[in-house]
Amino acid sequence: MTALLETRSLSKSFGALLATRDVSFTLEEGARHALIGPNGAGKTTFINLLTGVLAPSAGDVLFKGSNINNVEQAERVKLGIARTFQINRLFRGLSVLENVYMAIAERVGAAPDMFRPAGKRQDVIDEAMELLTRLKLADIAHKTIPELSYGRQRLVELAITLGLKPEVLLLDEPAAGVPSAESHIILDAIDALPKSIGVLIIDHDMDLVFRFAKKITVLVRGAVFAEGSPREIGANPEVRAVYLGQATTHG
Amino acid sequence: MSATPVRSDNPAALALAVRHRFRLAETLPWLLALAFYFAFPRYLGFGTELLITVLFAISLDLALGYAGIVTLGHAAFFGAGAYTVGMLAKHEIWTEPVSGLFIAAAVAGAVGFASGLVLLRTTGLTLLMLTLCTMGLLEEIANMAAEVTGGFDGLDSLPIKPLFGIFEFNPLYPYTQYLYVLGVLLVCFIFVRTLVYSPYGHSLTGMRENTLRMHAVGAPVRMRLIVCYTISAAIAGVAGALWAQANAYVNLSVLGLDRAATVLIVLVLGGYGRLYGGIIGAVAYMVLAHFLSKAYPTAWQLGLGLLLVAIALFARGGILGMVDNLTRPYKERKAQ
Repeated sequence: MTALLETRSLSKSFGALLATRDVSFTLEEGARHALIGPNGAGKTTFINLLTGVLAPSAGDVLFKGSNINNVEQAERVKLGIARTFQINRLFRGLSVLENVYMAIAERVGAAPDMFRPAGKRQDVIDEAMELLTRLKLADIAHKTIPELSYGRQRLVELAITLGLKPEVLLLDEPAAGVPSAESHIILDAIDALPKSIGVLIIDHDMDLVFRFAKKITVLVRGAVFAEGSPREIGANPEVRAVYLGQATTHG
Repeated sequence: MSATPVRSDNPAALALAVRHRFRLAETLPWLLALAFYFAFPRYLGFGTELLITVLFAISLDLALGYAGIVTLGHAAFFGAGAYTVGMLAKHEIWTEPVSGLFIAAAVAGAVGFASGLVLLRTTGLTLLMLTLCTMGLLEEIANMAAEVTGGFDGLDSLPIKPLFGIFEFNPLYPYTQYLYVLGVLLVCFIFVRTLVYSPYGHSLTGMRENTLRMHAVGAPVRMRLIVCYTISAAIAGVAGALWAQANAYVNLSVLGLDRAATVLIVLVLGGYGRLYGGIIGAVAYMVLAHFLSKAYPTAWQLGLGLLLVAIALFARGGILGMVDNLTRPYKERKAQ
């Protein structure tokens, strides 16, 4: 197995605050990897470093072995690194279909086209409908975002990202805020992701993480605190201590 | 790969596939504009001004309504176009009207591109202020460079050649002007209409709705905004050029905050991001201004102000938004 996405001694500081400290991390092809940690552990900062929203203070980010430190956010998406957001970032005034259309149009290079009607790109519409059918969103494809339940909105968040056909998928708390009665639709969708995609999931929800992940990395105060299989992490007394709020200054 | 019936039957897919199609009702404004020509020959000066305002509002709609670029300085481009035509004509360098429009569009577009490169790094209030400053700078340049721009007095009696070498522009009897402006407006409108229904136009809406997400789907957001701003500026330049040609003069009013604010009011009144908002808004504004100023010559702007407050409080989508809200129950019933 080759590493899809890798970081080497990655650090990020905001003034005196070290949000990411010396993180060396590898995401394998087809991985189901989870990143967990208490609030303020630097999980979202780490995602922002991977996607190019933030530039690292030190260290490197590599995609398939080549350094992408200087590759811009939009270019990284084109390489195949896509993310979802912890808080929905959707095109609220548009229909579900139009939301997904946006992503697919960018990926297939239709978006710069100024003179052909968007509705004549049948290939884009078909692909979007296919994706929505797969995620069981086809019957509400005509609705605008505010008309949907929060769980469905989270699903659209995922649909937009899948429209980019990513090789690396970074899921930032995909089920956050979704009422438990609805959370199964998100979990089912994540379970059904293509096997070839390397998935990194960031979450607090231990049920979700343990159901889904083959490997878990624990981040505490910006640094890697522990890494291993779900069984190892579950049995690790120090990790349990961190999650019970008894973390001491070692580590 | 065969399309399954589920997909093509889906109401969302159908709606998207036909949304750009031409509807019969869309001929209405153009027929009315033509009828106006025959019905009110004495008001053609007013009509010409109205059509130019419509074109200006449509250019703003592209930047503000679709791409969400908030600007208070759009008259910068209107003025750039007007002064381009004015200076070229006054100094007898170029007096042919149609090609003059292209030159004006190029100049205004260049001003839009250059300022967009700098300004579009910012958003929100900062952007609003910077667009205002850009316009102020241009206005001051036009004021100071009196040698070429005529300074505060502007340039009058511009020698504009007859249209196609045949139709004279007569400032007192603006028959030619009206039809000429209407024709140019139609061409520009079709261009903008094509643009907003294209995938590019769709992505402009995306940037308005959620810039962060547009970055995350791999869109070159800043470059795309700059291109949109440039196109919008070029069209505003055409509107300004038409104004200069139709009136045979230019002065500092083409570059002022008054003009920039008016076009913004027009768009808010009609409903931004709706293509026809500029048309409805311009008609509503001009007619209101006309009658209010007749009835209350000193305080007519108060009435306009109150109307704007009402729109901002109760009808964010402007007049077209209100129509949408009123007809929605009917449309939904029809869809079921």
